Amino acid sequence: MSAVGISALKVLAALGLMLGNGVVMIYMLRKVLGHLHIRLGPIHVGWKGTLQTVMDVLKLLTKEDVTPRAVDRWLFRLAPAVVFVPSLMAYAALPFSDTWRITNLDSGLLYTFTALSLIPIGLLMAGWASANKWSLLGGMRAAAQQIAYEVPLLLSVLPIVMLVGSANLGTIVEAQQGTFLAVLPRWFIVNPLFWPTFLIFVVASLVESNQTPFDMSEAESEIVAGFATEYSAMKFGLLFLSEFSNQFIVSALGVTLFFGGWTLPWLPASVVSALGPLIFLIKTYLGIFVMMWIRGTFPRVRIDQVMQLGWQRLIPISLVWIVFSGIVIKVWS
Amino acid sequence: MSSTVNGVVFLALAFATIGGAVMMLSTRNVVHAAFWLLEVMLATAGVYMLLSAEFLALVQVLVYAGSVAVLILFTIMLTLRRREDAIREFEPGWGAGILALLFGGALLFAVERFSAQLPAGVMPEVVPDVAAFGEKLFTTWAVPFEIASLVLLVALVGAVWWSGGDGK
Repeated sequence: MSAVGISALKVLAALGLMLGNGVVMIYMLRKVLGHLHIRLGPIHVGWKGTLQTVMDVLKLLTKEDVTPRAVDRWLFRLAPAVVFVPSLMAYAALPFSDTWRITNLDSGLLYTFTALSLIPIGLLMAGWASANKWSLLGGMRAAAQQIAYEVPLLLSVLPIVMLVGSANLGTIVEAQQGTFLAVLPRWFIVNPLFWPTFLIFVVASLVESNQTPFDMSEAESEIVAGFATEYSAMKFGLLFLSEFSNQFIVSALGVTLFFGGWTLPWLPASVVSALGPLIFLIKTYLGIFVMMWIRGTFPRVRIDQVMQLGWQRLIPISLVWIVFSGIVIKVWS
Repeated sequence: MSSTVNGVVFLALAFATIGGAVMMLSTRNVVHAAFWLLEVMLATAGVYMLLSAEFLALVQVLVYAGSVAVLILFTIMLTLRRREDAIREFEPGWGAGILALLFGGALLFAVERFSAQLPAGVMPEVVPDVAAFGEKLFTTWAVPFEIASLVLLVALVGAVWWSGGDGK
């Protein structure tokens, strides 16, 4: 098959993963949040309510697509696509196993952050085009948050890049193979040098993927539904599909950087290489579970608190930590 | 990848870059103009990617599209008092047009006249990767790099100083 055909198939595979992930995550969100709130979540449609999301997707597809009269027509239609495309792009550099990846980029980490940094443009576009004050406020909040937290997110993972000597996500995973004392996996999360790194990464990536307690851009108790207020039917569906997809990407990135990606040290190498993608997906969904746990536990913070935390705390801390871990890595090696 | 595919991609990107720039200048809505500027920045990143300058393309998207364009949009949306203010009358800007024409003419003349006298560069067989780029940047070009970062730092401090703060 030609190179162009293979690339097209890879894009289709990523698209399929993204759509499947959306369906799985909506069900997971309802069940996890339900049990966290001592409720049952969906139980009626299908076994334990498993078909509920499928029905909801059908409902979204067949609903009337309302376009309010005052909206900026072109931008209003374009915005869901502008949110959706970077989200799809971000799958390209993720290593699902040592052979399963779309591309093998030397600057894979930077590439994934670049894709994530484009998403708020779509949210800002949706907010402006809706001609609604709540929407505009939501879009503005999304952009402000993203500008503030892009910097600490990038800076926080630099110690890992310095230690590994590469920004290739596959190489970073390979550097975490093996065990300490035959029990403890050689994952970066075990290394005390990376604990502050991990904390900054978690906070910044929750903000970047608009997750509670940092979902100020769609805070329903303050600004109706933020940038999504005027959207209905499948346009709304696209906006939220990429929201779930971003959550998946951020979790997958965390797994790759801190939890050894597709590797599992206690199993023989042949089993791991066969089950690589499965191990990666299980780890990623565990990460998503923790994000939902946070969502079900913490109240939303205020927008000014988030901005202050980003600019005045996280950026200086991550800069200091880069210098410190640079010295440590230099002295050790 | 075959040269036909590259040619098609180049034509599409060239059209997107120049067409976007024309649209940015001719649209009457300032918010639309900002979005067209963003489109031009992304298309330029695509051109870099086509030239195998992977790092440059990523930085172009991350810095220009991801931050500068968002900042421009943010400022425009914050300073517009009403939505209707976004639509301005078309100002042809004859003076700027003449200047642009003069500059373009001078550039074309210079390329036409002097390009034959300059030494032709040799394209490397293999595209150097990001690691090689970084090594060059931090060894051969370390001093210019530091000067550039100093200039940015001065700009940052200046911006903070001018904006005043609240005197605490």
